[in-house]
Amino acid sequence: MDANPQICEYKEAASEIRKIVLRLIHETCSPHIGSSLSCVEILIALYFRLLDVSPRSAKDPNRDRFILSKGHACPTLYAVLYKKNFLSQADLDGFAQDGGALEHHPAMDLSRGIEISTGSLGHGLNMGTGMALAARIDGRSYRVFVLMSDGELNEGSNWEAIMFAGHHKLTNLIALVDANKIQALGRTKEVLDLEPFGPKWSSFGWHVQEIDGHDFEQIFGAFENLSSTRPNVIILHTVKGKGVSFMEDRLLWHYKSPDAQEYRIALEEIAK
Amino acid sequence: MRTAFFQELHELAKDHNDIVLLTADLGFQLFDEFRAKNPNRFFDVGVAETSMIGIASGLALCGKVVYCYTIIPFLIMRAYEHIRLDAAHHNLNVKLVGVGGGFTYGMEGFTHFGLEDLALMRVLPNMTVVAPADPIEARCLAKISYETQGPMYIRLGKSGDPIIHPTRPDFRLGKALWMTEGKNVAIFAMGSMVLAVIQAREILRKRGLCPTLVNMHTLKPLDKEAIIQIAKTHDIILSVEEHRVEGGLGTAIGEILLEIRYNGFYKKIGIPDRLEKTIGCTDFLRHLYGLSPERIAETVWKTAKTGDKEI
Repeated sequence: MDANPQICEYKEAASEIRKIVLRLIHETCSPHIGSSLSCVEILIALYFRLLDVSPRSAKDPNRDRFILSKGHACPTLYAVLYKKNFLSQADLDGFAQDGGALEHHPAMDLSRGIEISTGSLGHGLNMGTGMALAARIDGRSYRVFVLMSDGELNEGSNWEAIMFAGHHKLTNLIALVDANKIQALGRTKEVLDLEPFGPKWSSFGWHVQEIDGHDFEQIFGAFENLSSTRPNVIILHTVKGKGVSFMEDRLLWHYKSPDAQEYRIALEEIAK
Repeated sequence: MRTAFFQELHELAKDHNDIVLLTADLGFQLFDEFRAKNPNRFFDVGVAETSMIGIASGLALCGKVVYCYTIIPFLIMRAYEHIRLDAAHHNLNVKLVGVGGGFTYGMEGFTHFGLEDLALMRVLPNMTVVAPADPIEARCLAKISYETQGPMYIRLGKSGDPIIHPTRPDFRLGKALWMTEGKNVAIFAMGSMVLAVIQAREILRKRGLCPTLVNMHTLKPLDKEAIIQIAKTHDIILSVEEHRVEGGLGTAIGEILLEIRYNGFYKKIGIPDRLEKTIGCTDFLRHLYGLSPERIAETVWKTAKTGDKEI
């Protein structure tokens, strides 16, 4: 048991989110469960504590912006937005349904807390860079958070944004990399090796931190330690399929959805 | 044309501090004044067109009206998927200002030619597509582009384009400009080809043929009414564009003519699928591919007078 009651609360929330994600994906035979489960903790950290945004301020020009650049992990975003009252039960029930509200990739809808449409990789960081630049031009104090995947960093467009943000020292831009080490067809190390990963970012002028992306203490610690002179990247070392033993670190669960028996076992594991 | 457009934009920026200008490291000396007066609203993003579109879209999402400048293939083809999703799908105030329509960059070669941009841009959601014909239209367009909500593609020539309007035209998006009224034969043109067809008409006039000339500066939204009206009163219609003959102005007009069951003869003049190995300056290449005033006049004459209506 954690001594910090708030961390306990976040851990409980993480279990709740994982259950919702499992249900959404199981009931609709949807893909990307592994990618969704690896980013549960960071999304809870953002929406439960770090982001200055709420359903009431969803269109406020001074709000913090969050971009899920790895849009395919949206079941987790939807579950968190539901928990924070951006989405209704009906919205959530409309996930991957004909005529429903929520697709397999997020569609821009400010009233539902979705800043931009994503799903094509390599877009979020550039658009976030533009938002961060606008804050500087207008003298606003909001921050822009962009969650990307490690596989997504294959896209060259990201490195253009990394150059620009580094050059212009956009300190209000925070890139978060869900480094779960597996992309669509294999391990990132085997598809296109990103290492040395942290030094790549720092060589472009970014302040780099590498942490366990499932450890709330480390996540909040990293946010306490942001640079005020450079753009920030937090590389979250995570496990694809985190929380379900037979999904963890397995390529299969990039696309596969759990059948009835797998769903039942997964729920039992998460409830423990 | 390019200079006129940006001079007007610089004027607008004095009163509108939401205007932001991005370039992907092109436009030597073109932005010096804007940059000097608005250092926090001008950014050379580097040779990074894809990033330029994303950054522009992020800025636009935060209330800016963003102009992105570079040469057409880099602006449109390199960054196309980012234009499609970031700027077009989100319906943002991102204004894409491309220079070098057609063979404008003659000796620079194929890498710099804008041959397929109109076809690509007119199928994007929310996108307005315009090609002014001279510096006066370009000036009008600078203001209109700022006042029009949503993404816009503005196809410009380079610089030194002659003025074709003796007085300021009634330039409105989606409304064709009737340059001259003629009989029987009508020619639609846009951008650089408006001047070419005006000159072609002079050649034809001396031979006794006086076609109607219509300046279709806006490809999207297309002025269907103008096409329908022309179709009712003309037996032969031609389109002329400095662009691939498929997919651009000629195709757009042809689609309307098919829908209204036009029973006259329609011919598209444009650039063919495969280019010759020959190199040359703008005028040389335009002539080679049938887009010089003389070659246009020849095609129109043959079509109208000799019964040579082969496609």
